[in-house]
Amino acid sequence: MSNSSRGSKLVRGVIGAMLGLGLLAGGATRAAAVEIEYWQYTFKQRVEAMDALIKDFQKANPDITVKHVTVPYDNYRTRIAAAVPAGEGPDVTQLFYGWLGDYIDAKLLQPLPADLFDTAAIDRGFFPFVQGMKVKGQYYALPTAVRSLALFWNRKLFRDAGLDADKPPATLADLVDVARKTTKRDAAGNLLTAGIALDTAGQDVQWIRQVLVNQFGGMPYSADGRKVTYNSAAGVAAVQWYIDLIGKEKVSELGFLTDGVTAFRSGRAAMTIDGSFRLGAFDGQKGLDYGVTELPGREGVRSNFASYWVNGITAKAKGEKLAAASKFLAFITTPAAMQMWMETVGELPARVDLAQTDAVRNHPKYGPFVRGLSYAVATDFVDESIQRKVMMDLIDTVLLKKTPVADAVAAASVEEQKVLDGRK
Amino acid sequence: MKGGRPGRILAFTLLLLGGVVMVTPLLFMLATSLKTGDEVYALTFLPRAPTLENYVDILTRSPFGRWFAVSFTVSTVSTLSVLFFDSLVGYTLAKFRFRGRGVVFVLILSTLMIPTEMLVIPWYVMAKSMGWLDTLWGIMFPGLMSGFGVFLMRQFFLGVPDALLDAARIDGLGEFRIFWEVALPLVAPALSALAIFAFLGNWTAFLWPLIVTTSPGLYTVPVGLASLSGEFQTDWEMIMTGASIATIPTLLVFIVLQRNIIRGIMLTGLKG
Amino acid sequence: MFFAVVRFWPAVDAMMLSVSRWNLVGPRQFVGLANYERMAGDPVFWQVLGNTFEYLLLGLPVSLVLAFVIAFYLDRVEYGQGLLRALYFLPHLTTATAMAWVWRWFYQPPPVGLFNAWLGALGFGAQPFLRSTTQALPAVLVAAIWAALGFQVVIFMAGLKAIPRSYYEAAAIDGAGFWQILREITLPLLAPSVVFLLITTSIGLLRIFDLVYNITAGGEGGPLNATKPLVLSIYQSAFARMDMGYASAQTVVLFVILLALSLLQMRLLRGRDEGGRG
Repeated sequence: MSNSSRGSKLVRGVIGAMLGLGLLAGGATRAAAVEIEYWQYTFKQRVEAMDALIKDFQKANPDITVKHVTVPYDNYRTRIAAAVPAGEGPDVTQLFYGWLGDYIDAKLLQPLPADLFDTAAIDRGFFPFVQGMKVKGQYYALPTAVRSLALFWNRKLFRDAGLDADKPPATLADLVDVARKTTKRDAAGNLLTAGIALDTAGQDVQWIRQVLVNQFGGMPYSADGRKVTYNSAAGVAAVQWYIDLIGKEKVSELGFLTDGVTAFRSGRAAMTIDGSFRLGAFDGQKGLDYGVTELPGREGVRSNFASYWVNGITAKAKGEKLAAASKFLAFITTPAAMQMWMETVGELPARVDLAQTDAVRNHPKYGPFVRGLSYAVATDFVDESIQRKVMMDLIDTVLLKKTPVADAVAAASVEEQKVLDGRK
Repeated sequence: MKGGRPGRILAFTLLLLGGVVMVTPLLFMLATSLKTGDEVYALTFLPRAPTLENYVDILTRSPFGRWFAVSFTVSTVSTLSVLFFDSLVGYTLAKFRFRGRGVVFVLILSTLMIPTEMLVIPWYVMAKSMGWLDTLWGIMFPGLMSGFGVFLMRQFFLGVPDALLDAARIDGLGEFRIFWEVALPLVAPALSALAIFAFLGNWTAFLWPLIVTTSPGLYTVPVGLASLSGEFQTDWEMIMTGASIATIPTLLVFIVLQRNIIRGIMLTGLKG
Repeated sequence: MFFAVVRFWPAVDAMMLSVSRWNLVGPRQFVGLANYERMAGDPVFWQVLGNTFEYLLLGLPVSLVLAFVIAFYLDRVEYGQGLLRALYFLPHLTTATAMAWVWRWFYQPPPVGLFNAWLGALGFGAQPFLRSTTQALPAVLVAAIWAALGFQVVIFMAGLKAIPRSYYEAAAIDGAGFWQILREITLPLLAPSVVFLLITTSIGLLRIFDLVYNITAGGEGGPLNATKPLVLSIYQSAFARMDMGYASAQTVVLFVILLALSLLQMRLLRGRDEGGRG
């Protein structure tokens, strides 16, 4: 228990003792307000948005107080995994959607109570991929917001290369063409400006697997998500196309300016593929004039990758805390909360009707992401970190070991299949 | 001493050159912290228009003073505890023969070998059952003794001549006073080295303070700084500023303790 | 007592975990030696083990000889000794995260990377450094040696200071040469410091983690696991893959290596160690 909550407990304890001695078994306080704990990772705008939501919630529910705890992003998963099994920490917590299986198997999350959360209504109201949060007909968690990928481009670099600064590439062929024109090298052939910033430790892995493979006519996974299916002509072609950006077209290098975000932020890459969560970082960069557009298509095929964070109720919440936690979770997934979240954080609403309005679809920065969401798929990860590593190694094997693309793709699909087979 | 004047000047110059190379990355850190966002990636070493903007930003955005106080308290208490207990145990291991001495030493040494990453979960469970979560004591308890310090002190006590201790015994000094008044001053250089390392270890510790604290008011400096950067965000000028701020106090401690080292040498000189 | 509770129990716990399957959030399951069998059959584990030894075998001699030479001459400097020592020690004061980024930046391809800019100025071709499966590990190691050097110099200097001046003077009167003094007085009397540094440096190199995590793309110890040490692998198993059992099995391997190495070093140096009591 934290200092502050212990302090308020003490006060409550004294009041309780005056009301009726010895009735406070187990530290439960009947007369006074219920306190629940909410956890999420630290991110300035998210923290501000949640603080505002909590304020509104407490105004509407004076008998409940919400304690808001934030943990640095890099260590969020460790921190939460240390606390929750020990029966410590949050009553309502934010988790990455890919982690949910472990928590449900371990009975650390409770299903959302049916009286406040109607399964059919959620099925209808939220984006279809949110149904991944449903186990045996019961939802265990709900997102406030969802994210997708888009192409960011640097207007200034487009202008410098004699291109129309308001006409980003719409197809993969255009992308290569524009990248060639915006790439700059010095006399010795060293890269000065990349046509497109590539970073397999960033979002490129999702772009290749969930988007490019699709666009080249393949499927990354079987329909039930249990089989790796990108070891096909289409999969090889998709990876080859990505490799060619570095090897043949020479419009980029892995590790250029340490990482993709830095390369684009610093104005040394004309384009990059990234998520809606990056808008904040790029907006904060002085002198960066950029635009956002939907991921380029290929022969009319468009694809996208969605991901999201969800809110769930931990096993720790019982009795009136459970009731309070449910109320709170319902509150932060209302349309009003989502609207507010989008305006503060820049993440898109998880309810279709809210996201797919003309105002949002035509918004210069949210629009491309929302349009992408309508055809986006959320990969059914067993272990996101290993699955990402497999793709990173695939690209490195081709680039550094000169392994033929087809062999590397075949090896990667065997590796990743092992991960999928490990699912309980 | 061998080597004439030219030799010594050569050695000095090489040492100075090496020292400059050693601090180059630190200068880069400092230079970056003085740059504004758009200049960080301008590929020049020195900032064109140095600014303290980043420092002002960090200090106003966060309860930095509070984090600083927590870090300072934790590091100081842990260091004093380490100095006292580790030198006592190290002395015992070096100067007393008792059954199982070798086993105890090897066991203590072996505690150096488990990575902290594997220990935090058992520590967490322990802290929870003792009610130490989210308290100052909770941050401190794993660092109150260190296998490293015991090992260091044992090594240095080995170098203290037994004859000196025996002489003190003949003079009628108690065992603790022999340790405190005779042996300890002889290893003063090692003590100040240990103090520096213990302080630094606690000052830069990250994973455990992060796991054990919940209230931002109890964050240590590294945890607090980490809480300022978010998902996929790499504001390098901010990280460099944070690292620069965090380095200054340790630098001061080091400078203060340097004097102690010199005093230690003088003591050693007298006794030797 | 304190040690037993705070340090040993978690260690024993780790050993027990190594025969379990546990994802940190669920119940533990006993699986016998399955984690060890999996380890033996995992080529990445063997690569990681190889990397770990490469860090040790390259890093140990280089860093200790360098530190000794610096400490030896620093000890003889009459003016500005404090300043010089501070210069060498400064890197030890900073956090690995910040410094890893600086090194990463220095290792960039030209024209960004400082090192490649120097190479270019000297007329050499650009090197891939961190983007090479062969150069990446030594590149990381240089940064690691840099970070630890100040620590070793200070320990060596503390040891050198403890040697009474009169010993040197006596030897000089006896007409002993530079190498003779070094071999017969300095090194034997420095033995406790040498043993200490041998063991702690070995442990430090075998436990290398922060730096690799922060200097490689995505914290993966790449490219293609070329720089991944055992502790990074343990960390990933434990906290990215939530596979505590496998992580613990690897910890036990690390523990056994470190213990064996420490015992070996102490045995080898016991003779000199006794001499150190003077």
